Amino acid sequence: MNWNSAAEFFAMGGYALYVWGSFGACLLAFVVEPLLIRQRHSQAVRTLRRQTAAEQLEMENP
Amino acid sequence: MSKQLTNWFRFASPQTFYPLAGKMIPVFWVLAVLFGVAGLWMGFFVAPTDATQGEGYRIIFVHVPTSWMSMFIYLVMAGWAAMGLSLNARLSSMMAQALAPTGALMAFLSLWTGAFWGKPMWGTWWVWDARLTSELILFFLYLGFIALQASIEDPRRADKAGAILALVGVVNVPIIYFSVTWWNTLHQGASVSINKSPSMAMTMLWGMLLMALCLWMYSIAVALTRVRAIILERESHTEWVKQLPETKVEVAA
Repeated sequence: MNWNSAAEFFAMGGYALYVWGSFGACLLAFVVEPLLIRQRHSQAVRTLRRQTAAEQLEMENP
Repeated sequence: MSKQLTNWFRFASPQTFYPLAGKMIPVFWVLAVLFGVAGLWMGFFVAPTDATQGEGYRIIFVHVPTSWMSMFIYLVMAGWAAMGLSLNARLSSMMAQALAPTGALMAFLSLWTGAFWGKPMWGTWWVWDARLTSELILFFLYLGFIALQASIEDPRRADKAGAILALVGVVNVPIIYFSVTWWNTLHQGASVSINKSPSMAMTMLWGMLLMALCLWMYSIAVALTRVRAIILERESHTEWVKQLPETKVEVAA
């Protein structure tokens, strides 16, 4: 084990800014990207549903 | 033989691939999390402190995997684009399109983590050195590919133009990889190479490989999710898309 305490772990031997700046940016990216894609997918589904609904409406009331 | 072949080509149609991708995505997410937890554990708790760089070297566990992925995704993207161009297969072009943003993200993170590593070790966030500059060019190639495809209205023409850009840009990948041996640069040489044993402790190497596997699984999961969205957007005029359980609208009685 490299660390004697949580504080020592977070201090990263004086490199806290650089180590957490790197890992933090990656973590943020890997959380945000999937959320954006999920949004894009549900947006596509919504558009399709609207399209189909509009077509059906048109067929029922020409 | 021929039956097997046709079975295989069946998956090349968006209609069969869409539900298949939907089933595969959770598997890759589980693998990504497992490899990620193992890699972080190795990287922070098992791998020893570096003799010269102290704890600062631990940036390697995200820097090297994101850099590898940025180059690897580019090659895969160019491969799909080439397949789309030569076989006129629209799913291949959609795959290339789905990989580009993730590749760009990896290139960006490679540059970002590199800057956060360069500052404490070299005393500067950025230098115009061969390795860094060629990686920056890779980032711009991804952005160029995305921008070019977005600027052309007709999707099939956009695919063709994007494929040509992606293929021309492939030449940059070996330049990045060999830049540290071809030019005199500030960047250190390869940490892992085929023809010599790795210049690092085994536990460090394992941490790095596990993180690379994690990003690999992540990239597949994300690219498959994105390609599903692209399929819906581009195939919206087709009947099968309208018949999907998630897009079907119940007729009001």
